Amino acid sequence: MMWDLLVAPFTEFAFMQRALAGALMLSLSACPVGVFLMLRRMSLTGDAMAHAILPGAAAGFLIYGLEIWPMTLGGLVAGAVVAVGAGAVARLTVQHEDASMAALYLISLSVGVVMVSLRGSTVDLMHVLFGTVLALDDAALKLIGLVLVVTALAFGIFWRALVAECLDPLFLRSVSGMGTVVHFGFLALVVLNLVAGFQALGTLLAVGLMILPAAAARFWTQAVLPMVALAVLIGAASSAGGLLLSYHFSLPSGPSITLSAGAIYLLSVLAGPRGLLVPRLPRRNHRTA
Amino acid sequence: MTSSAVALHDLTAGYGSRAAIHHVTGEFALGSLTAIVGPNGSGKSTLLKTIAGLLTPMSGECSRSRKALAYLPQISELDRDFPARVRDLVTLGLWQRRGLLDRHLAEDRARVEDALFQVGLEGFGHRPLDSLSGGQLQRTLFARVLVQDAQLILLDEPFNAIDDKTIRDLTALIQHWNAEGRTVLTVAHDLALVRAHFPQTLLLARRAVAWGPTSEVLTEANIARTRTFQEAWDEDAPWCAPDAAWRAA
Repeated sequence: MMWDLLVAPFTEFAFMQRALAGALMLSLSACPVGVFLMLRRMSLTGDAMAHAILPGAAAGFLIYGLEIWPMTLGGLVAGAVVAVGAGAVARLTVQHEDASMAALYLISLSVGVVMVSLRGSTVDLMHVLFGTVLALDDAALKLIGLVLVVTALAFGIFWRALVAECLDPLFLRSVSGMGTVVHFGFLALVVLNLVAGFQALGTLLAVGLMILPAAAARFWTQAVLPMVALAVLIGAASSAGGLLLSYHFSLPSGPSITLSAGAIYLLSVLAGPRGLLVPRLPRRNHRTA
Repeated sequence: MTSSAVALHDLTAGYGSRAAIHHVTGEFALGSLTAIVGPNGSGKSTLLKTIAGLLTPMSGECSRSRKALAYLPQISELDRDFPARVRDLVTLGLWQRRGLLDRHLAEDRARVEDALFQVGLEGFGHRPLDSLSGGQLQRTLFARVLVQDAQLILLDEPFNAIDDKTIRDLTALIQHWNAEGRTVLTVAHDLALVRAHFPQTLLLARRAVAWGPTSEVLTEANIARTRTFQEAWDEDAPWCAPDAAWRAA
């Protein structure tokens, strides 16, 4: 019965409710960030940042064990160092941000792996890399909620500047000194959401819920606000669908959620009005002007 | 109360240790309409960037009133793939009036629609940016300048790769701005156009070759002087005094 398949797992088990609550809050928070990452052609920056926070999270984990605040703080610090460092190199030297970001995240990632190998096991590493959405405790849910509030406030206040910085950065610089603030503030939001995400999905896949729904939404609409709304919807659907897959087939939950979003992405590539097939359908008529 | 919109005093500006404009002094009068003419690499864009405050002078001064200006760059960083419509781009021009947080009122929206009407893009408000031709995009950017409602307007080669009709329309708009008492600086290459529509001209070749009424500036002799201008940097160019002695030491 549909009820048993889709709803009962969430009503019967508290851990499933927590997982769903966490994943839905993450979708609300991270998917809009992902839309702007994509529109600024920084999708891979999100991926790089996810790797960059590893040594910080690993340091917290190795010193304090699976405690949420040390891991979070460590991740935030590592992410901030890489984001600010890469941004500074890009703005102050000849090198563009793609190269400086790649250089710094590689350094950060190898520091993280060295640290884990000095003291720790592969089990520890797997834990940090892949997260534990089915074991979200109150502290983790509070952290995700806090990040959601901060993200929503930041978007509410800086929306106009963020759109201007994406659409025409030189114009924003000619009328206001806000461009640099917006750029680094946005990177801070990316790090914040990745840190919130790695509690549930791990550092490797936290970026999945950020990028995949945004990338899928791009194929369906040609305006920013609907794109953000659609990305959140896709993120929420992937969260619920992934958790159910994980429950019924005993699959790891993080990859199940990311794979669900991936399936929606592939479907969108094929079927979206701005995707692979629809623009290539043979047309019998064209307009004269 | 000063009568100049922009005053340059011994202004040198450029990139690294290379001066793109070298010890230029003079002023653009309030309400004047000036064409800035010169060969490629003569420092025209550098001058506008410095006036717009996007580039810090290496020495000397560039002073202007604190009032808002509108700057239309030659090489735009506009992202035409961003999912925005013509109206969204023109609405950016409200920044100086409404800033980050003030609500856009009905009168603001009316201003945007009126600007689209004035540049001949009535009914284009909902078009995606990536569907515009080069001329339509330039009209859109002029509409944004209109919305900015600035007293000082800097236009860097606004007529590049634009057809005759669009050039005529945009030139008429520039003259309309000037008639309203705004100060307009326009980088241009078409000397016939400059002679016909711009009362003042600054002829630039790293330094100011001539500056004043267009008929006195655009003489054969002056233009010939800019032809000898070397665009390429001279790797062995002497250091400019006063720190030449220090460099040599």
